[in-house]
Amino acid sequence: MSPLAPGREAILAKGWWRAHKWLLLRRASQLGILVLFLIGPWFGLWIVKGNLASSLTLEVLPLTDPHVLLQSLLAGHAVASTAVLGAAIVTVFYLLVGGRVYCSWVCPLNPVTDLAAWLRRRLNIKGSARMSRRTRYWVLGLTFVLALLTGTLAWEVINPVSLFHRGLIFGLGFAWAVVLGVFLFDLFVVRQGWCGHVCPVGAFYSLLTVPSLVRVSAAQRERCDDCMDCFAVCPEPQVIRPALKGAEQGIGPVIRSSQCTNCGRCIDVCALDVFRFATRYHAATKPHIRVAQNKEVSS
Amino acid sequence: MVRAPSRKLSRRRFLVDTARTASGVALFGLGVGLYARRSESRPATAIRPPGAGVEREFLGACIRCGLCVRDCPYDTLKLALPEEPVATGTPFFEARKIPCEMCEDIPCVKACPTGALDHELTDIDEARMGLAVLIDQETCLNFLGLRCDVCYRVCPLIDKAITLELRPNLRSGKHALFIPVVHSEACTGCGKCEHACVLDQAAIRVLPDRLAKGELGRHYRLGWEEKRKAGGPLVTPDVAHRYNLPAGMEYDYAGEGLRPSENAMPFPDDPLDSLNRKPGGRP
Repeated sequence: MSPLAPGREAILAKGWWRAHKWLLLRRASQLGILVLFLIGPWFGLWIVKGNLASSLTLEVLPLTDPHVLLQSLLAGHAVASTAVLGAAIVTVFYLLVGGRVYCSWVCPLNPVTDLAAWLRRRLNIKGSARMSRRTRYWVLGLTFVLALLTGTLAWEVINPVSLFHRGLIFGLGFAWAVVLGVFLFDLFVVRQGWCGHVCPVGAFYSLLTVPSLVRVSAAQRERCDDCMDCFAVCPEPQVIRPALKGAEQGIGPVIRSSQCTNCGRCIDVCALDVFRFATRYHAATKPHIRVAQNKEVSS
Repeated sequence: MVRAPSRKLSRRRFLVDTARTASGVALFGLGVGLYARRSESRPATAIRPPGAGVEREFLGACIRCGLCVRDCPYDTLKLALPEEPVATGTPFFEARKIPCEMCEDIPCVKACPTGALDHELTDIDEARMGLAVLIDQETCLNFLGLRCDVCYRVCPLIDKAITLELRPNLRSGKHALFIPVVHSEACTGCGKCEHACVLDQAAIRVLPDRLAKGELGRHYRLGWEEKRKAGGPLVTPDVAHRYNLPAGMEYDYAGEGLRPSENAMPFPDDPLDSLNRKPGGRP
């Protein structure tokens, strides 16, 4: 493998398109969602109104971010039924497909931090400040404590995710500076810093992963030749090892960690097609043994 | 028994790491919290949409989705940008730029998914976005004795929220001043008056209630209102004032002053009666 360009072997083996299949689909999803929000204000064609905090699709389907709604409840506001219904729909959806699908398929900040990660590899920037990947759960707790203490949605005043998405649709203002800050933090300070360590939105959605059906499975893990390309591109590399290398300990091939974003990039970059999307209950060889699957390594 | 050093080390490391993360996050949170508190103070020119209520509660209820902005047919509402002095992402308008047109169906309130804009508000005349205040009596053209009247004419609740009250024009000595007077029981704070004011800087402005309104001490009782409520005086009744008036005249304190009494002839037939009359008494 080439440390600067993981996935090169996959391109040779599978062709460029297949080696970028899930990446392209993800970009299409992210862009498509943004376009749905934008054709209203741009062309007067109102399919989706609002933003990711709360939206109304085709004047009937309400969708509300459950994390924002929870903050509002803790701030002491009795929320109206539309928002509760919207949050319930969103919650059920992510419970099915995996909470952090929000991060890799919807969140507008993801292309920014992906770009930072890509540049980090290209420029071979190795240094990274030590920070626990559990920090995000502390920050998630913080968003709730702040709502409780201030009685307002304090976190939403600076939340880069909502700041950026709202900015793209309603006018960016100085929100670009916050986005740039996240980009530079990821590029120079902490590798995968924002999405992998700090972001409470991702932390919240990772909690919605328990029954999620769609998971990545290292179905053909016996083929793995230890090229490490999947670890190089994965935004949460700690989630791969138990599934990929756990055959001897009797760990199933499904990546069960709630921190996996189901981005599918590992599927793309693997020249040997070790990974594929599967259901949560997919098992390769030993279906009856499921021990220590959720053990994660924090870096 | 001494524990294995490796385990001791790992516990120590765990505690230090936890403390490290916790204090970092707490410091970050302190910054966010203080910044959020500061953004609670909204400038007087930024007016919330109808049904928004108390600012603090609104900031806990509004999830910054912008659906009210989308459904505002006059592009009055906008979401605050991060660099603006209003809490980021919350809807507001500036009356001097685009005022609220007071739509009868109140689409902005209907659009709100959380009820941050109170869905109980169904009559736009009941909205209280702020209160118009004729803030500069030195430049207001009507105060100068001219007939501008624009604020009065554009008011959607003309003669209820703004009335014109007559006062003598002491400068000319022969004209009237038509003073625009805002009535808080009717004014919705839509800002049409501020928007329409013909001056370079508006003399009438919509202010948040907290800035525009005084408040009586809670122990205050207005005597005339208590009297009306009780249906009679609550203290010793006033003694009818006795005037020492010329015979046949009476005093009307409602404005006419001294006038001939309807009950008595102005001049008795016998002039001596007038001279011998006791003070205040009838002949």
